[in-house]
Amino acid sequence: MEAISMWVAAILTLCIYSFLYKDNPFYKFAEHLFVGVAMGYSAVLTFRDGFIPYVWKYLKAGIVGERISYAVVDLWRDTAEVFVLRQTEPERLLVILPTIIGLCFFARFIPRISWLVRYPIAFTLGLGTGIALPLGLQMNIYQQMYGTLSPFGMISKLSPFQIFNAVLMLVGVVCTLTYFFFSAEHRGGIRWVSRIGVIFLMIGFGSAFGNTVMGRVSLLIGRMFFLRDWVNEVIREVSAIFG
Amino acid sequence: MRQRIPLIICFICGLTMAVQFFIPHQYSQAVYSEAVNWLRVIGVFGFVIGFGTLINIHVRRVMRGGANAPYSLVLLLGLFGTIIAWLIDREKERFFDWIFYNVQMPLDSTIFSLLAFFIVSAAYRAFRARTLEATLLLVAAVLVMIGNIPITDVVWGWLAEKLGLKEGLPGEVKDWILAVPNMASRRAIYLGVGLGGVAQSLKIILGIERAHFGGGG
Repeated sequence: MEAISMWVAAILTLCIYSFLYKDNPFYKFAEHLFVGVAMGYSAVLTFRDGFIPYVWKYLKAGIVGERISYAVVDLWRDTAEVFVLRQTEPERLLVILPTIIGLCFFARFIPRISWLVRYPIAFTLGLGTGIALPLGLQMNIYQQMYGTLSPFGMISKLSPFQIFNAVLMLVGVVCTLTYFFFSAEHRGGIRWVSRIGVIFLMIGFGSAFGNTVMGRVSLLIGRMFFLRDWVNEVIREVSAIFG
Repeated sequence: MRQRIPLIICFICGLTMAVQFFIPHQYSQAVYSEAVNWLRVIGVFGFVIGFGTLINIHVRRVMRGGANAPYSLVLLLGLFGTIIAWLIDREKERFFDWIFYNVQMPLDSTIFSLLAFFIVSAAYRAFRARTLEATLLLVAAVLVMIGNIPITDVVWGWLAEKLGLKEGLPGEVKDWILAVPNMASRRAIYLGVGLGGVAQSLKIILGIERAHFGGGG
């Protein structure tokens, strides 16, 4: 079984790398297989980890009247208290409401009531943006401003190099923000400030590019090591057959 | 009914979730947990729509025939094969795991590793140091890559010993680039993204942005 697994993975790997020569049927086969398998995998996960624990379990328990415990996973907030176990009550049948709202998605197939699809969209967007709004304020605005300005609060304890870094960080943030400030024409002083911002942006993009290349190359090395192991396995099997 | 009620629902849901964040109370926490569960439940049905659309497109392609029909068939076989593999052995999920570890994972990492080749050829075109900006991009990328690879430590260690240079300098330069100039540009981008996100969220909650509800109605 292990040998078959290795052969399957190796052949699929070679099919993908055949694209380096040019687009060909082997690559297309592997590409479509990947999309199909990934979608099948997502479907199973959605059913197994979404529909069964969050819909079916409660509907079934509500209908037959049994008491079950369930876990609330708090992904957004306090990671220290990820699992909170409670006892279910009959009000868990409340799950019928989001189920009905979710079913409204299928109204798009019936032209006469296709407008019902707006209800699940309204709930999803309303709840999603409501959750994202304070989190965006906290993480993208407050935390970034705090990180930029907080070193100046303890400047007496910093070394000259740390002070230089703190000033450089502040200058970089202000100049880069100025580059994205389109309410005033970039002339005179603003032009020079935004030009410094471009310099910081280029260094940022360069670093991101360097990190991306390293990540991709490490994946490539992993696949090459796998192919090396596979070739060794093939040589071993051939030698075993022919002596 | 068709347009106004969804807008009101969107407003009430958005406002409730935004306000509950600032109320550290168990009832507020319960509202939040319930909302996240509702999103999960609604999301399941949203997934079904996308799943059905994909199947519909590829079944039609197979029925129509043509050059791409066999590939659509491969996609459908992969899709239903994975689902059947899970249904056959739902307890131990042996076939399902086998497909994940021997088909999906190798394909996934190979496709991403393929980008290494294209990213290098793109870099050759983009990184020709013709302007100050392109030079900075090139220098930052090269320094970060040099600071990341293990051979740098060996070569620099030998050079440091011979020439009396500071040990571990490439790694320190890389860390400094990532921690200061790179972080400065990222912070500005995060601030912009944050402000844009907040503005867009407010537009959706207040019903100013309503393109997602489509026309008509």
